[in-house]
Amino acid sequence: MASYRLRINGVERTIESSDPDQPLLYGLRGIGLTATKFGCGLGQCGACSVLIDGRATRSCLETVADAAGKSVVTLEGLGSVSAPHPVQAAFIKEQVPQCGYCTGGMIISAVALLTEKQKPTEDDIRTALEGNLCRCGTHVRVIRAVMAASGQGG
Amino acid sequence: MSAQLARALFTRRAALKAGALMVGFAFAGLSGRAFAEGAVAATRRLDPHDVDSFLAVNADGTVTLFCGKVDLGQGLRIAMRQIAGEELGIGVDMIKYIEGDTALTPDQGRTSGSNGIQRGGMQIRQAAATAREALIALAAQRLNMTAGDLVAQDGEVQPKNGGVGIRFAELIGEREFDLKLNPKAPLKDPATYSLVGRPLPRPDVPAKCTGSFTYMHDFTVPGMAHARVIRPPAVGAKLIAVDESSIKHLPSASVVRIKDFLAVIADDEWAAVCAARALRAQWTEWSGLPAQDKLIATLRGDPDIKDEVLIMRGPAGPVERDGATMRSATFFWPMQSHGSIGPSCAVADVGSDAATVWTASQGTHGNHKTFARFLGLPEERVRLIYLDGAGCYGMNGHEDAAADAAILSRAVGRPVRVQWMREDEHGWDPKGPPQLLDLSGMVDSAGRIFAWRTEMWLPQTTQGLPNIPLLAPAAAGLDEVRGLEPGLISQNADPPYAADSVQVVAHWLKDAPLRPAPIRSPGKPANCFAVESFTDELAAAAGLDPVEFRLRGLADPRGIEVIRRAAALMNWQTRPSPGPSKSAAMMRGRGLAYVHYKHSESYVAMGMDVAVERASGEIRVERVACAFDCGQIINPDGVHAQVEGSILQTLSRVLMEEVQFDRSRVTSVDWNSYPILRFPDVPRLEIALIDRPTERPLGAGEASCTPVGAALANAVFDATGARLRTVPFTPERVKAALSAA
Repeated sequence: MASYRLRINGVERTIESSDPDQPLLYGLRGIGLTATKFGCGLGQCGACSVLIDGRATRSCLETVADAAGKSVVTLEGLGSVSAPHPVQAAFIKEQVPQCGYCTGGMIISAVALLTEKQKPTEDDIRTALEGNLCRCGTHVRVIRAVMAASGQGG
Repeated sequence: MSAQLARALFTRRAALKAGALMVGFAFAGLSGRAFAEGAVAATRRLDPHDVDSFLAVNADGTVTLFCGKVDLGQGLRIAMRQIAGEELGIGVDMIKYIEGDTALTPDQGRTSGSNGIQRGGMQIRQAAATAREALIALAAQRLNMTAGDLVAQDGEVQPKNGGVGIRFAELIGEREFDLKLNPKAPLKDPATYSLVGRPLPRPDVPAKCTGSFTYMHDFTVPGMAHARVIRPPAVGAKLIAVDESSIKHLPSASVVRIKDFLAVIADDEWAAVCAARALRAQWTEWSGLPAQDKLIATLRGDPDIKDEVLIMRGPAGPVERDGATMRSATFFWPMQSHGSIGPSCAVADVGSDAATVWTASQGTHGNHKTFARFLGLPEERVRLIYLDGAGCYGMNGHEDAAADAAILSRAVGRPVRVQWMREDEHGWDPKGPPQLLDLSGMVDSAGRIFAWRTEMWLPQTTQGLPNIPLLAPAAAGLDEVRGLEPGLISQNADPPYAADSVQVVAHWLKDAPLRPAPIRSPGKPANCFAVESFTDELAAAAGLDPVEFRLRGLADPRGIEVIRRAAALMNWQTRPSPGPSKSAAMMRGRGLAYVHYKHSESYVAMGMDVAVERASGEIRVERVACAFDCGQIINPDGVHAQVEGSILQTLSRVLMEEVQFDRSRVTSVDWNSYPILRFPDVPRLEIALIDRPTERPLGAGEASCTPVGAALANAVFDATGARLRTVPFTPERVKAALSAA
C-alpha cells in the first residue's frame, strides 16, 4: 500500500492505494469527497471533473500517482450551501439541476472557463462544456447560469 | 451518508419530527440485520385511503408529508409541499418530507406515466383537505364558533374576523386524525392560492450544486463490500467455468457464483473493478438476436404476432371517395437506451429473514412484491428505500442493480454495494422497444381527413405482471415472474383530428429483441412521430398549410389554443410545405406537431426552425417553440424545466440515438458508440406555459417529449421536400432522403 500526498481543497491529504494506476476518482470518493461522480470511467462524460492545478480534468483518467503533489479542487472545495462559489450560486439561482448527477462536473468546467475567460460568449460556453454530458436536458439553464456568473445577462 | 447517520436521521425524522402521532410506530430496522434481530415491525399506517398515511402534525408545529412517489429531479419535493401546504394552510418550510420508503410511505404506485402530480399529488391534496376540515372542526369546538367562521393558515386555525388562532399542533399534535380520505372534502378556491402556482425553488438544488447531496451512489453502510457483476459476453450465454486463480493477485477480492450469475466482491471499490476486469470466465456461445439491418423485416415476420383492433371508428371496411387517393407511409423508431449519466447503483443488506434495499428505482413500492418473491421473504420483511440516482427516465438499470446487490448480500452475509460500469448501463439497461408503424389515409376535397388507418408492430404488455425479468434473479435461477411491461406504448396512434373512419390495429409481438422497458413517455414519441408526420404528408398532398390543416380537424379549444400559441411564437407564415429553399445549399424550414397526450392529458404544440446542409446532410435545429397546457400549474419553474428537458432529451433521441447490436450483444456500450446531444447542438427554446388554475393538474414530465420527432421531421420536409421516416435522423439518412426526394 503506497501513500500519495495531494493538496485537496486547500488541505494536505493522503490517499492510500496499492495500485498507482488507480484513478484519482476512486481515491477522492474513498476519502469521502463524493461530489465527484463516476459516470463512464472513459473520459467521455465529464461527471468526474475536478480542477487540477486550476485545469478542468477528468478524475477517472488521471491516476492517483500522477495527481500526487498537485493541487486538486472538487465541487465541495468551491463552496458550500451557506457560502457557495459564485458559479454554484448562479446554478442555484437558475435552478439548473434536475437529477443533478452531471451538475458538479458542469460547475467545475464552468469555473475553469471563467478563470481563462472572464466574459465568455454563449458559444465559448457551449464549446467549453461540449465534453460535459447532461441527460435531463438542463443545458439552457447551464448556459444562462454561466453567463450570469460572469456578470452577463441573468 | 453512513448508516449511523442514516439511522439517526431516520429515527429523528420518523420518531421525533413525525411525532407521537404515529402511535405504535417503532423503528423498523434500517438494515436486514436489524430486521433479523427481531426489531418490532412497523405499524405506521400505509393505507393510501388514510389521512395519517400521508400527513402527521408534529408537536413542534411542523407537518410531515409521507409521499409514495419519488423525486427523480422533476421537482416533486417542492410541488407536493406546495399542494399539501396550500390545502392544509401551512408554509412549505414547515413541511418535512419522507418519500419512497416501503416501510414509511403509502403505496401510490410507481413514479411513472407522468402521473406524480396528477394522481399522487391529488391524493395528497385530498388528504390535506380532509385534514384541514378536521382541524377546523376541532378548533370550532374549542372556540365555540362555527366552522364557516374559521380559516386554516400559517399552521393555525384562525377566526376569519381576526382574533387568536389555535396552532395545528395544539389541536392534534401527537394524535392521529384517524380519518379516511374524504373525496368530497372541499378544496380551496384556486383564486385564493398562495403556494400553488408559484415558482418556489426546489429544496434539493443547493446541495446538488455544492456537493453535499447524498446520491444512491454515495450511500454507504458499515461493513459494506463493493461488488461488480460480470455479465455474459452474449445476452443468452450460460456460464461454463470460472478461473478464480485469475484474480489471485488481488487478495481482497473474491468470486461469487450462483448458476449463471457471476460477481466479484472486495472491501475496496477499485479492487472490485480490477477483479472484474481480470476475472477469466468461460461462457457458452449464443447468437439469438436478430440481425440489426433486418430488424424491420424480423418484426413484420414474427410468427407469434397477435393482432388486436385498438380503435375502430366509422365504417370497418375500406373507405373510398371520388377523386381522393390513398397515401401510405412506414415509420420506424429504434431501440433506445435510457442513457443515465451515472451507471446504476444500489446497496442491499439481506439477512436470512429480512432485507433492506436502497435503490434509485422509480418504483420502490412497485418492486416490493418482485424483490420479496425472488428473495423468498414475506413482503413485510422486505423494505425498499429510495435514494436519488442519476436520472433514469423510466426503468433503466436501477432495479437490476438493486437485485444484484440483494442477491449478493444474501450470498456473502454482509451489506453489498453494486455499482454498474458504463458498459453495463449501456449494454444491459432494458431498452425502449422498437416500434414500426404503417399508416395510410386520405383527405377529401374540402381538405379534411376522411380515412385513417394505423398498423403498429410493438412488443406486448403481459397483463398483471409487475416487471420484466430482472437480470440477476434470472441468471441465478430464482423465482421470478417473467412479464413484459414496456409501458402504455400503443397510445396516441390515432390522429387527434376529425375523420370519418379511423382504425388502429396493433400487431403485438410476443417479445422484443432486447428486454423492453418504459422509457420516457413510453411509445408515444414514436406514435406521434408517425401520426403527426403523416398528418403533415396529408396536408402537403392537399396543398394546405400544416397549421391550417390541423385546425380544420380540431374541435378541442385547448388543443386549438396550444397550436395557435405555438404558431404565434414561431411567427408562422401560412403556406403549404415544402417552402422556398429546398434547392439551396443550406435549406431552411419550419414544422409543427401537436399532441393531446394520451388523448386525455396535457396539450402540446411544438414548432421548430431548422437548417439542413445539403452537402453533409446535417440538421441544425435552431429554435424550438412550445406551447404547453398541463391544466393547473403547481410550480411553473418546475413545469418549465420538465418541458425544457423533454424537448432536449427527445431531440437527442430523434437526431442521434439507436442501440447498436450484433447477433450476440449490444455493441453501443459507451458515449462514442451511443452519442447524445451536446451543448453545441442545443437550440434556442421558447416555451409558453398556459396555466389553467381551475382545471385539474396534468403531468408535465412526458407529454412534451411526444411531438418532438414529428415537429423536426416536418421542419426538415419544409426545408428540403424530403421526408424522414426513420429515427434517428443521421446525416446519412438525411442525405439518402434528399437524393430520393
